[in-house]
Order: sequence, then C-alpha cells, then structure tokens
Amino acid sequence: MKTIEQINEKISSGKAVVLTAEEIIDYVDKKGVEQAAKEVDVVTTATFGPMCSSGCFLNFGHSKPKMRITEAWLDDVSAYAGVAAVDLFLGATQLRANDPANIDYPGEFKFGGGHVMEKLIAGEEVQLFGLSYGTDDYPRRELRTTITIDDLNQAIMVNPRNCYQNYNVAVNASDKPIYTYLGYLKPHLKNCGYSSAGQLSPLLNDPYYRTIGVGTRVWLAGAQGHVYSEGTQHSPSCERGVLGVPSEGAGTLALTGDMKQMDPEFVRGVSLKGYGVSLSVGVGIPIPILDEQMLLQTTIRDRDIMAQVIDYSTDYPERTGKVLGNVSYEELKSGTIDLNGSKVKAGGLSSYGKARKIASILAEEIRNGKFTVTQPIAPLPVEQSMNPMKEV
Amino acid sequence: MAETITRKLMLYFPECETEKPIVYHLVKDYDLIINIFRARVTPEEEGYLVLDVTGTEENIEKGTSFIQSLDIRIDTTQKGVTREEERCAHCGSCVPHCPTNALSIPDRNTMDVEFNTEECIECLSCLKVCPFGAMKSLF
Ligand code: SF4
Ligand code: SF4
Repeated sequence: MKTIEQINEKISSGKAVVLTAEEIIDYVDKKGVEQAAKEVDVVTTATFGPMCSSGCFLNFGHSKPKMRITEAWLDDVSAYAGVAAVDLFLGATQLRANDPANIDYPGEFKFGGGHVMEKLIAGEEVQLFGLSYGTDDYPRRELRTTITIDDLNQAIMVNPRNCYQNYNVAVNASDKPIYTYLGYLKPHLKNCGYSSAGQLSPLLNDPYYRTIGVGTRVWLAGAQGHVYSEGTQHSPSCERGVLGVPSEGAGTLALTGDMKQMDPEFVRGVSLKGYGVSLSVGVGIPIPILDEQMLLQTTIRDRDIMAQVIDYSTDYPERTGKVLGNVSYEELKSGTIDLNGSKVKAGGLSSYGKARKIASILAEEIRNGKFTVTQPIAPLPVEQSMNPMKEV
Repeated sequence: MAETITRKLMLYFPECETEKPIVYHLVKDYDLIINIFRARVTPEEEGYLVLDVTGTEENIEKGTSFIQSLDIRIDTTQKGVTREEERCAHCGSCVPHCPTNALSIPDRNTMDVEFNTEECIECLSCLKVCPFGAMKSLF
C-alpha cells in the first residue's frame, strides 16, 4: 500500500518509477503483480482522438470605447456572446458562416470552431468581428480586429465530455455508402470505424474511477489541466468484462486547461466528410499505483477490451439497441475484424501513435518531478445510466 | 528479350501542347505499356497526366525524350499526391480506403502510418477520408 503523498514525495525527489500503460503489461508479466506493485509508482495513460464536446472561453479585454458584444465571429465562425461583455464561448463543432454543410452532400466541412482553436494555440492570427446594440456605458456597436492568443487575457479550454471510457464500432449494413463521425463507411459491411486508444486509454485502466475523480490533474495537450466534473453522458452502469472494463461507452470526464500552455501538435481541428467539424485533443492521465489491485487494473490489454459493432445506417440513428457483434481492440488494430464470418477492414479515428507519445511525455514529466499525482476532491459516480430524450 | 521495367511519371503540359496524341505515340512508336492513373488536360490550359510506363529501359528513355521534345515537362519526384507530415496524426483512417497499400501500418504495435509514394495510383480516396487534411493533391 502506498498513499498519494508517498508517491508525490518520490516524484518530487526524482525517484518515482513510472511506466506507460503499454509498458506495464510486459513488466507485470515478467515481475509478477506483487513485486511490480512494490516497484512501480505511477502508470501513465493517454488518448488522442476527436472529441466533439469541446470548446473554449475567451476574454478579449475591453475596446475603446467599450462594447458589450452580443454577436461575434472568430475567423467567420460564430462564437456565443451571451456570457459577458467581452467573454465569448467558441464551440469546436461550430461551422464557419456560409459553409454549405450537407447541401452539397457529402459536405467537406473544411473549417470550423475546432480549427480556430488549433490556430489560436499555434499562435496564429485570428479575426474577431463583433456586433452590439450599444448601451450608455458600452456604446460601441461594431468591431473588427485581429488577435493572437497572446492578446487574450484568458483562453480556457473546456471539454464537457472527453476520454470516453470505451466506444462502439461503426459499420454500414445498407446498400449505399454513409458518412459518419466514425468515418466513411462503405455499404455491405465492407469496413468499420472505431475510436479508442484501447489499452492506453485512461478510463479503461481505472474502470471504477478509483484514482481518477473530480479534481484529478491531467495532461491536457501539454498543459496541466484537471477534471472539473463527471463528463456529460457519464453512464457507468453497463456491461463489463475482464477486470471490470466496460464494453460500451460508459464513463466520461469533463476536462479544462489553459490553452496558453498547450502544444498545437495535440489540439487539432478535424473535418469529417458528410458529418461536420470537430476537435481532436490529446489527454494524458497518471494512475497512482496505490496497491496491487490498482496495478492489476493497468495491465488490461487490447485483446481483453471488447467493443460492440453497431450498424450506423439504421440501428444507430434509430436507437434500436441492436448489436451486430463484439470485437476486441487487438482485432481492430490488426486492420481486419471477423464479423459473423465475414472479413471487415478496420480503420481508427483516434491516433494510437499520438496516445503512445503522450503517455511517454507524461511519464517523463513525472520522472522529472514536473507533474505530481492528485487525490480527487470528489469521486465520479460508479452507478448511473443515461436517459434518452423526453419527447412529447 | 530485354528486361522490362515500370516507371511512374507525371507530365506537365504548358498550354497548347495538349493536342498531340502523345499516348498513341508512346504505345505505337516505343512499344510501351501505358497505365494512366489520373489526367487533367483541358485544351488551351495547362494540364497534368500521371501514368506508369512499362517497357525496356531503352524504349522508356526514347519515349521520354520524345515527350520532352514536345516541351512537356516530366517529373519523376512523385508529387501528384503528397502527405503533409506535420498534419498527419497517424490515425489510420485512410488505410482501409487505400487500394494499393501505399498507405499502410507496417507495425501494429506502434500503429504509425507509412506513405509509400511508389505504390500510389493517385485515386484520391485518402484525400476524401483524412480528417486532418494531411493528404494533398497537386491538381
Ligand atoms: S491516392 Fe489512392 S493510392 Fe494514393 S495513397 Fe491515396 S488512397 Fe492510396
Ligand atoms: S487519415 Fe490522414 S491523418 Fe490519418 S493517418 Fe491517414 S493521412 Fe494521416
């Protein structure tokens, strides 16, 4: 048994033993759980994939004369101005004004809120256009200027839903191609799309949220951010398999961090043909190895993590609940899955390579004493389901 | 019979050279097998043609000299379809859609995506599915 304080003491003195969630698998195979649990202090997990539920709060400072912005666009992408005079909220999936969307099906969705966030973090100039009705104390009615992230007082990223514990695999059983957020799906189950870092993914390594909770410090695209709440659609009551790992979406985290500290390599606008724009964000979460049980959780491997295959041409949009089959991440990562006897090509949307890189960067930061682990200030719910929308 | 080889070429036509039956001459006069991947040739505008030529080395040399004598530029650097390395996130979305294995994941442990231009037939499938806008086409 180790406490968070003891682990942090080792981190501060530069003596912590840190492995990634991939490295720990072989390590435990070699040393055994008992010995490894004594030696290892922290296991790092990571993910890099599209997470639509993202955005940022930006504060621009006051113009002269002052303006109470009521409508605003950043590089022609509308930002929500109903926050305060010069505070805006920019959503990652917001399309650029006049984007033809799916009028010219399938739309290309070349640029949107996620891309503006990427530009800001890369230090590029972004145009702000604002309108207002004017008040006695905020008389200005129109404004056009260019800014970079350095000109902002605050640029705070928020991901109301990130780090989906697991996710389903999309196929298309119909006879025409479809475009989804899990990619382009050919008819007759020719290919499938998935999105998870599997054995590296944070919540698959702590399936019952023992160490990850509200207040946990996380590596968010290079910045030190934290979990501010359970994520939206957090629904941990679900089917679970080996080591209690869910085979459905299950848990999610709400994350926040300072965009000024972020690295543009890990915040990227994405264009999903026929679907829309989104944002891919890199997240790393350290798991303190408190005891043997916690270590055991981190040894979960791709072949033991299962995902449900769902038909996105009918069952997904119609919410029928039908599952066509179950596959492991080992199979998905091999490039071909076997679905009820037929071979289906598999392609990911989340980048395993980038997740590996993040897990290593975070491990290095912990070894160097730059990143310590945290005791959550509140746990995440372990039992909770997601309700469908109430419609009349 | 001399050994045959295959070479991938990109032809760049300045305006007005697009009227001659070049492919016909390559086949007829130099005994070359032609496989056209992609063409954009509009009369009175500049044009591009990407193709594989198969034949003896000698005939390929002669054929390419003939093309060059018509003031058509030949590019063998394979820049018709390129990958902007910095933009590629190695997600792998493109891999199942690439018909030739030009985009592939040789090591399933690292899951890094490799792009081998030699095998690219410029079908442009990857451009349509890449979420990060990493794959680019010259024309
Ligand atoms: S253009 Fe076609 S052949 Fe070339 S890399 Fe892209 S998908 Fe593969
Ligand atoms: S889809 Fe684009 S970003 Fe993903 S691996 Fe292929 S080229 Fe790279």
